[in-house]
Amino acid sequence: MRRFFFVAQGVAWRSIHNTFVSPAILLPSIIFPLFFLAAFAGGLSRISHIPNFDYKPGYTAFQFAFVFLQSAAFGGVFTGFAIARDFESGFARRLLLCAPRRSGIIAGYAVGALVRWFATGTVVTVAALLAGMNVFGSGIDLIGLLALGILVNLVAALWACGIAMFLRTEQAGALIQMPVFIVLFLAPVYVPLRLLTGWVHSVARVNPATATLEAARGLLAGSPEKVALAFGLLLAGAIVMAVWARRGLASAERAG
Amino acid sequence: MAVAAVAVAEAPSEPHLLVQVGAIARRSITRTVRQRGLLVFPLLFPLILFAINGSALSSARRIPGFPHVGYGDFVLAVTFIQGALFVAVSAGTDLARDIESGFFNRLALTPLSGSALLAGQLGGALVIALIQSFIYLSVGVISGVTIASGLAGALVVILLSIVIAFGFAGLGSLLALRFGTGEAVQGFFPLLFVAVFLSSSSLPRNLIQVSWFREVATYNPVSYMIEGLRSLIITGWDGQALALGFGFALVLSAVTLSLAGAAMKNRLVRT
Repeated sequence: MRRFFFVAQGVAWRSIHNTFVSPAILLPSIIFPLFFLAAFAGGLSRISHIPNFDYKPGYTAFQFAFVFLQSAAFGGVFTGFAIARDFESGFARRLLLCAPRRSGIIAGYAVGALVRWFATGTVVTVAALLAGMNVFGSGIDLIGLLALGILVNLVAALWACGIAMFLRTEQAGALIQMPVFIVLFLAPVYVPLRLLTGWVHSVARVNPATATLEAARGLLAGSPEKVALAFGLLLAGAIVMAVWARRGLASAERAG
Repeated sequence: MAVAAVAVAEAPSEPHLLVQVGAIARRSITRTVRQRGLLVFPLLFPLILFAINGSALSSARRIPGFPHVGYGDFVLAVTFIQGALFVAVSAGTDLARDIESGFFNRLALTPLSGSALLAGQLGGALVIALIQSFIYLSVGVISGVTIASGLAGALVVILLSIVIAFGFAGLGSLLALRFGTGEAVQGFFPLLFVAVFLSSSSLPRNLIQVSWFREVATYNPVSYMIEGLRSLIITGWDGQALALGFGFALVLSAVTLSLAGAAMKNRLVRT
């Protein structure tokens, strides 16, 4: 176990260091959520005027919940890009050779993804508060919201880690981010689920991201709903993705 | 005297400009077609967003003052602009790869003119733009979008989207020539994407509630490109919207291509 933590600590430190000393790596993961917040909360706020839209904290908070979770997911996705880059540069192969407990590599990258998201999530939250976002949730509710974000970040990081380790090329970038992007956008992003129509409504009803998003919005509004379901789905997702990431690592080990 | 005359007669003449452009364009097109990943992603991503947003934002039709059309009709124009952004990145990345691999330096040793090289390099981008605009329009029509300006209008939609894509491809080339790396070109992609979102892409400008956003959208040339395309799809023949759409697209092309031409001259300096 000591060797596991030793490897995880080393990989996490390198991942965090690379993120914060290289603006080219850090800035996109900060800019993307900020511009989604500006574009959705700013450009689409008239949507809140349609009949039966009754989210009490307002449209900025409604969109913040989505952007907050999206930034968590993309914190994991961007870490996947870094893993793929490490394989292309040859660093990851050297890492595989010298790591005494290789599963610590996955844990290290996951911690790196989490720290990266803490920076992004803080910036997005401050931006939303400056934009006048209302928060009706209590301290406990907000801790619940943060926990949801952490789990989303973990699930996305493990997914990205698995793909990056299976394919070991930067060209895997599209494959890493597209499914995450699609799953997130097939949730009720712009209006509550009951106001969705057509095929998106049918898909959103069974999309696990919907429960997570509705739980986040409920916590922010101080009227929690589907919280247990969201945590259950995310924990199950984390277990499945941990197995997926481990298999990706095994594939990389076999490839040498 | 006779020897000199023979030497002049045998000196290789510089190929015609069109021949030079053709040679580079053929290479650019072949390379583009061979890289299926480059074709598939620019095609699919805007279509996915069209499918999702067209349905997820359909409630926007209930906003008082929204045009009396389906949201899919309203948002189809944005698909062409998003496709044009991918064309820009693709054109810029291809050019940057030539610079990074040294191919560009070898071309600099040939009699090839800079303008022919630039025009030829954009050939692949134009092929992508043509294919994708045709596919976007077809998918739109199949999914129930009605082109208010009819068949002639549909052809003008394709023409305008190609002019817009050409302008953005010029921007991609400019970035590649200025910075010389594909990473730098791709790093600018989020900024281009922001330009699309901070426009009238999701709602008409008069329905944007937040004043700073409405101001930005009003000064953003991308709004007018979108509105030019959108007018043909949902309104019919709107001279003002078309003039602004074509005008801004042509200005973008002229500015980016002249700046790229100047940057090309610096890249091709024989040392």
